[in-house]
Amino acid sequence: MDHWLSLVPALPLFSAALLGVAGGRMSERMAGAIGSISIGLAAIISCGILAQFLAAPPAQHLLAVSWWHWIDIDGFRASFGLYLDPLSLLMMVVVTVIGFLIHVFSSEYMAEEAGYSRYFAYLNLFVAAMLLLILADNMLVLFVGWEGVGVCSYLLVGFWYQDPANGVAARKSFIVTRIADTAMIIGLVIMALQLGTLHIQPALQQATTIWHVGGAMPSLVCALLLIGGLGKSAQLPFQAWLPDAMAGPTPVSALIHAATMVTAGVYLIVRTHVLFELAPVVMLSTACIGAATLLLASLAAIVQSDIKRVLAYSTISQIGYMFLAVGIGAWSAAMFHFLTHAVFKALLFLSAGAIASRLHHEQNMFRMGGLRREIPLAFWCFLIGSMSLAALPVISAGFFSKDMILGAVWQVPHAGQLLWLAGIICAIITSTYIFRAVFLVFFGPLKTEISGHYGLRMTVPLVLLAAGALGAGWLETPDYLGGATHLSAFLASAVGGVVAGSPGWAIIAAGMLAPLLGLAVAFALFKAGFWQRQSEVQPSVLRRFMAGGFGFDGLYNVTFVKPFFVLSAVLRDDPVDRLFDSLARVARQLHRSLRHTQTGQLRRYAGWIAAGSLATLAVMVFS
Amino acid sequence: MDLPWQMPVALSGILFVLGLGGLLARRNLIFVLMCIEIMLNAAGLMFVAGGARWGQPDGQIMLVLLLNLAAAEIAVGLVLVLRIRGQLRTLDIDDATMLRD
Repeated sequence: MDHWLSLVPALPLFSAALLGVAGGRMSERMAGAIGSISIGLAAIISCGILAQFLAAPPAQHLLAVSWWHWIDIDGFRASFGLYLDPLSLLMMVVVTVIGFLIHVFSSEYMAEEAGYSRYFAYLNLFVAAMLLLILADNMLVLFVGWEGVGVCSYLLVGFWYQDPANGVAARKSFIVTRIADTAMIIGLVIMALQLGTLHIQPALQQATTIWHVGGAMPSLVCALLLIGGLGKSAQLPFQAWLPDAMAGPTPVSALIHAATMVTAGVYLIVRTHVLFELAPVVMLSTACIGAATLLLASLAAIVQSDIKRVLAYSTISQIGYMFLAVGIGAWSAAMFHFLTHAVFKALLFLSAGAIASRLHHEQNMFRMGGLRREIPLAFWCFLIGSMSLAALPVISAGFFSKDMILGAVWQVPHAGQLLWLAGIICAIITSTYIFRAVFLVFFGPLKTEISGHYGLRMTVPLVLLAAGALGAGWLETPDYLGGATHLSAFLASAVGGVVAGSPGWAIIAAGMLAPLLGLAVAFALFKAGFWQRQSEVQPSVLRRFMAGGFGFDGLYNVTFVKPFFVLSAVLRDDPVDRLFDSLARVARQLHRSLRHTQTGQLRRYAGWIAAGSLATLAVMVFS
Repeated sequence: MDLPWQMPVALSGILFVLGLGGLLARRNLIFVLMCIEIMLNAAGLMFVAGGARWGQPDGQIMLVLLLNLAAAEIAVGLVLVLRIRGQLRTLDIDDATMLRD
């Protein structure tokens, strides 16, 4: 099984290298096939390992592979290796399977685009880096994967690099996450210095023995790691980069900016949850940041006109739910929501791409309408994704995971009720904004002409993801629906975590009614023509403020970007250099004045020599 | 013959000042070279006087060296005079300022 595990990240890496070197000389068909099949093989191997794990779990439910010694110096050693436990196994299966479906979808969606093989090289490289991040047995290896996915995100957001706006979006996403990563590096250095190792499991064990709950050191380390995670997962105050990252191709948004990479922050926290349990203050702030983010992002989503930006804000807010869950220690609930979110958000993005591909890449919802009968496949898939995102009771996967999180949040002492209130309000808003999108796009009069058709490579991934978005919830059900615990039992050896009891009927009923209420609001406002009128009237100040993401861009522009440009404008003339320039200027001035004494007049030279000698003599005699 | 030591020192000083004065005042290159010879001889006289004062032969040896030096110097100097005359058609050293820059 060890060798098979090594193959999982190695296959995408190999095909990325192959496509990068020789992709330009391949036909589109060939490049697409290599790109997709390598991920497909990785997905099959991952599923095989999962089956093996379920049938005959290895000792202690984990599998470790060490590839080579990386750093071996006095007092610090790090090896380059993989570590597979139920947590990383779940992530690995989700990344490879959804990655495979998105690759297959892309092979048709991106057809006849310039840079087809480059696209697959980047996408494969992304999957390889993501798998390295997930499977790392060591924070350093994890960080290599962490930066690797960041680079691939940059490359793919700026995929259509001829448009300068896309380059700006790519740089923004890269720089903002880099800022957060700096905090993470500092955290890792402190960990290495204090714990003596960066191997995750020994480090966590060491931490529990030398640090106590609520100590300054674990709080500091956790806060720094949390900042790194907030940056990658586009949570407050770093959320501004994700809506702009929608400049990339839609399948990229599905894979990187919805299903996998942006959840890396959640994974990081769950991976090091032993550490976070030592820092209750940081845990509480995680939950509060998650709650604040999900409220802000869902309010921003309700006024967007670009369908991809609606989905981007919904991603930010759904990851907010995951942060809320990890903040209260509900590790398996967070991972459950990660799983269902990955499925339904990938489905939503791919359906949005499928819609745009028939409308000459139109993304403005106000110019769509009445597409229900024209493209039924995209309609049903988008509807199923929306149901899951809105968490319509029982029939959608999102309901089960969101219900699990909210149920656990309610039972947290002290802050629980307040956080739950934020979560439930956001559930209503979520349902409203996504069904607003559904009504605007698929109902009402037809506004644009349709062209093209869907091939098999776009249909099959959509249908499979739709099935997942409907059925994946039954892995883990509340007591009144059978009380299945397949997922939390599977994860138990890796994360343990709290097993919350039933929160009571009132809470359950509120969780069920919230999405229905949101749906009713969206429908009523659609019937009244409120949503449709939004495109016609001049947007109010408040609406523009919300649509722009609550002014964070402007704030960062004033506080960071502008001062940086001013500083660089000052420094471009190199003020420190002036000091050394002045030395040169003095030397040149002296040279100029002394040059006048060189006249070529022999008698004058002789006179100076005599005068000099006389003066020297006088000094010698009289001193 | 018992000359007080101040006498040759004074003579030598006078000769040296005369030579230096000529060097600074004269513009003709031939006279400049002659002034340098006078200054060299003033130095030679000083050596001999010093040697006689302390009863050492070193002073006279230095004089012989100095004569050789002066001969070599004047040989080179006269060649230079010929070249300058050929180039500039004059022996005025205030006109020979080509090496200034």
